[in-house]
Amino acid sequence: KPQHLALNPFGQIPVIQDGDFTLFESRAIAKYLAKKYMGQGTDLLGSTLTERALVEQWCEVEGQSFRGPAFSIIEQILLAPILGDSRDEEAVKISVEKVGKVLDVYEERLSKSKYLAGDFFSLADLQHLPYTHYLVNACGKGDLISSRKHVKEWWEDISSRPAWKKVAEKMKFK
Amino acid sequence: MAAVKLYGPLASTATSRALACLLEKQVEYQLIPVDLKKGEQKKPQFLAMQPFGQVPVLQDGALTLFESRAIVRYIAEKYAAQGTIGLLGKSLAERAVIEQWMEVESQTYNPPSSFLVFQLAFAPLWGIPQNQAEIVKNEKKFSKVLDVYEKRLSESKYLGGDEFSIADLSHLPNTEYIVKATGKSELITSRKYVNAWWEDISSRDSWKKIREMSKAGNKK
Repeated sequence: KPQHLALNPFGQIPVIQDGDFTLFESRAIAKYLAKKYMGQGTDLLGSTLTERALVEQWCEVEGQSFRGPAFSIIEQILLAPILGDSRDEEAVKISVEKVGKVLDVYEERLSKSKYLAGDFFSLADLQHLPYTHYLVNACGKGDLISSRKHVKEWWEDISSRPAWKKVAEKMKFK
Repeated sequence: MAAVKLYGPLASTATSRALACLLEKQVEYQLIPVDLKKGEQKKPQFLAMQPFGQVPVLQDGALTLFESRAIVRYIAEKYAAQGTIGLLGKSLAERAVIEQWMEVESQTYNPPSSFLVFQLAFAPLWGIPQNQAEIVKNEKKFSKVLDVYEKRLSESKYLGGDEFSIADLSHLPNTEYIVKATGKSELITSRKYVNAWWEDISSRDSWKKIREMSKAGNKK
């Protein structure tokens, strides 16, 4: 509708308004908030140029490699029934394989590093929370996570953060 | 200081995205080709640098970095004081708007344009059958996206504001192929403000240099 398109011309959510400043794209919003409120709460961006670069790298991996197939699974299992479409099992199978391959790389990475960008929780880990939450808790694909030792530990760690628990409580997919 | 190393073939959009930033910032670099046809990117030596087996990869001293858009941000920050100034904006708010359009490029512009480039420019070269139904679908999708860009660029000279930034830079590689190699250049040229923006950003020295290097490479 015109009111929302005035905020986000692509007609997507979310949008934030900070005074008279409007911003869309969730990853850009998260980065803006992380920068604006640096020094309070959890630092999410790393403390050196190198750390920041690695945070950006793993944020990009989420956006380029994890998000696509994770969303395809959610689309088929959660959205299709709502839209009155039948589930495309072949598409789910292909996407599950793709997510699996990405998580194999994560498994190797997380065997050497507590979090994706290093030994500190960052925006890169945070970006994975929403889709993984749905994969595990609403799509029945928890074994993608639980079958990988280090990914499992990482998921249990990041999803039990108080900030995430507050959000997850409100994410009931009907 | 040892030159920064960028691994990847120039023809790869992700590689030229990273290279464009190195050129804008006047960073000394070595471009090391990776032979995708021979599967060099899936060999253990390369996977040790980039575990997803993708190009490009940057090596800067002890740092190995992948994902072209992460490389762009890193180079723009590390070399902020040299080359083209202001690629990251001059304030938190400007940077945020630049990041917004970086994400739009990554999530909304890249998928349909990459698909069209692959189907129309590369599939015929490589003897891969085209998927006409998907081409039509993606062209429609991409057109709708470009309509939003047309409005944005009618109100703002560049995507992030008044100055050229990494947000505009990120769009160079895919748009080059759309205009030069898909037979669908009118997607860009038929839109007054998108076309003006494209003419502007693609005539920058950095992109001219990449075009020269591509021509020279193709003569081999």
